[in-house]
Amino acid sequence: MAAPRAVLRLVPPKWNVGRRGFRDLSGVVTPERNLRKKRTLLQFLSDHFYEVEFLREYLLQRQIQKVHLDNRAYSHIESTYGPDIAGAYFVLKHGGAVINYHGLDSLLSLKELQSLSLQRCPHLDDWCLSRLYPLAGSLQELLLAGCPRISERGLACLHHLPNLRKLDISDLPAVEFPSLTQILVEEMLPNCEVIGTDWAQGLRQGPEEQPQDTAGPIPAE
Amino acid sequence: MLRRVLRPTLGRSLLIRGLSSRSGNSILDWDGNVSEIKKKIRSLIPGEPSNFLYDTKHLPPEHSDVVIVGGGVIGLSVAFWLKTLEKRRGAIRVLVVERDQTYSKASTGLSVGGIRQQFSLPQNVQLSLFAIDFLRNINEHLAVADAPPVDLQFNPSGYLLLASEEGAAVLESNVRMQSHVSLRQEGAKICLMSPAQLQKKFPWINVEGVALASYGMENEGWFDPWSLLQGLRRKVQSMGVFFCQGEVTRFVTSSSRMRTSVGEEVNLKRIHEVHVKMDNSLEYQPVKCAIVINAAGAWSGQVAELAGVGKGPPGTLQGTKLPVEPRKRFVYLWHCPQGPGLETPLITDTNGVYFRREGLGKNYVGGRSPTEEEEPDPANLEVDHDFFQNKVWPHLAQRVPAFESLKVRSAWAGYYDYNTFDQNGVVGPHPLVVNMYFATGFSGHGLQHAVGVGRAVAEILLNGHFQTIDLTPFLFSRFYLEEKVLEQNII
Repeated sequence: MAAPRAVLRLVPPKWNVGRRGFRDLSGVVTPERNLRKKRTLLQFLSDHFYEVEFLREYLLQRQIQKVHLDNRAYSHIESTYGPDIAGAYFVLKHGGAVINYHGLDSLLSLKELQSLSLQRCPHLDDWCLSRLYPLAGSLQELLLAGCPRISERGLACLHHLPNLRKLDISDLPAVEFPSLTQILVEEMLPNCEVIGTDWAQGLRQGPEEQPQDTAGPIPAE
Repeated sequence: MLRRVLRPTLGRSLLIRGLSSRSGNSILDWDGNVSEIKKKIRSLIPGEPSNFLYDTKHLPPEHSDVVIVGGGVIGLSVAFWLKTLEKRRGAIRVLVVERDQTYSKASTGLSVGGIRQQFSLPQNVQLSLFAIDFLRNINEHLAVADAPPVDLQFNPSGYLLLASEEGAAVLESNVRMQSHVSLRQEGAKICLMSPAQLQKKFPWINVEGVALASYGMENEGWFDPWSLLQGLRRKVQSMGVFFCQGEVTRFVTSSSRMRTSVGEEVNLKRIHEVHVKMDNSLEYQPVKCAIVINAAGAWSGQVAELAGVGKGPPGTLQGTKLPVEPRKRFVYLWHCPQGPGLETPLITDTNGVYFRREGLGKNYVGGRSPTEEEEPDPANLEVDHDFFQNKVWPHLAQRVPAFESLKVRSAWAGYYDYNTFDQNGVVGPHPLVVNMYFATGFSGHGLQHAVGVGRAVAEILLNGHFQTIDLTPFLFSRFYLEEKVLEQNII
């Protein structure tokens, strides 16, 4: 697969820096950028030749399938050694950050899980958060920092976890109002310590709002 | 001799015309003529749109294999699955005819956007499970090269259905059925809660009058129907489906008399042409087609009448009309600063009042289905604010005491494509008009079932039978056989 991947690097670089997800091939562009202006060679060929368009779609599907393959449940290990070993095997085999909705199958049967760190997982989204309720009995610590696809809508399902004592929701790029979201999550989970964004980050200060320094030098004239 | 008399006069008038062409206006005219001639010559080159006599860009094509009447979420879903399941790439030519490209009255855009598995019919539960699976992987299904991903803004907060003493037994049996229905070995994840558990989980609810509650733990919630519609439209356009703005005014049909195995005579009809009329003009285009799909939503009854469905003595199969009519429903948006927080699910009360959270600013969206006597007039989409004051607010305030002080910010109205027979969808071909397929009549849950219904219609069209989900109880023939397939959980 080395040669096709070299060809695909002609696609313009994406703004979600981090682990490359399958989104790279679908060309995520910001709406403001005019697509007509900077067309790369591959996009140009794709517009004019059915074969290139088909090839791009095929490679996109292959990348999606790879993520799904990495996340499949290891049922033979689970039946032989039990869910704990299966969960550990899943995390160690591909590096846990490939986890997506299906990969959570390996983790949800761990009934005594106390701490779960899902930091910087590119495929984790709101659907996955809604799946965490079977861990309600034991989960006390949940770390979600840096996941690009989690928004405040997924955070609303965390109220199924009443034993949660520590929750980290800092640096979630898809959350529009981080400070407001933190307040609402704190209200929703009264016994939990929520680590979110810095308070001052959400406040925008204009020059007129800054406190006038009366002791400073008064400009001449 | 006459010719000699005429020629000088002709020559003089030409000279006069030649003199006048030196003035400013006529020079522009000449350039205009030249560009017109150039355009006509260009239209003769193969590959260019043929506008030789007059411009036909706005008209639909003259032939199309499948014509889908109605470009809402159900029509686009049928187009999508037809193009996905066709045996060879580009085998089927599909045309989607939509009367209003702004979708100002379409039920899709005006919908509250909920999706739930808590239905009383196994087929409805299966349709919802299929739809939620599709929506979860929507960017794999609807990926278009170089386009931004579809963001559905799905809120997985679940549905909470409250039942009083009379409804508690029914609710419990429904939940048991929902957990056992499977589509790829996955049932619906609903948990039953007693009033005490409910009070502990949601302290802001007043549990008086509630005997049992069912709460969807996952795969339930609400999303943005507009982004689903735009995502489907974009994908379907990239797959080569033709779109046309126009109204279907006539079907040209032919009938043949056939004899059944019993010896009875039936008149089988076949639609050959669909006349699509343009907006604000008498211009229409006859489109020759093989199959017509009626996905016109609230106006499906009128489209069916055009094809002759229901024209016959009452009580016979020819005389059975399509019982789908538009019903107006109001949705209100209000603000309540002391209201319930982020964890609010979509709550449906025992008397039909429902509401859900909207955004992060303590805004809520909700309404109520009126009873048969209170049905508003569906002629327009005007909102009745007294309905909220008298019929919705008292119940809201009784169930959630914080809602005693709220302020209505805005309201809108939309149509349900209401099936007056049994409030469930009509899917599949008509027994007498052999090439007309229905995909309508979902009475308020069309959006959540659109994806599954689209697949079912595509399967029955291409394979002749249902494969993924068996929707045989939803066929048209049940109206004639008087077999009601009732859904108890209608919101």
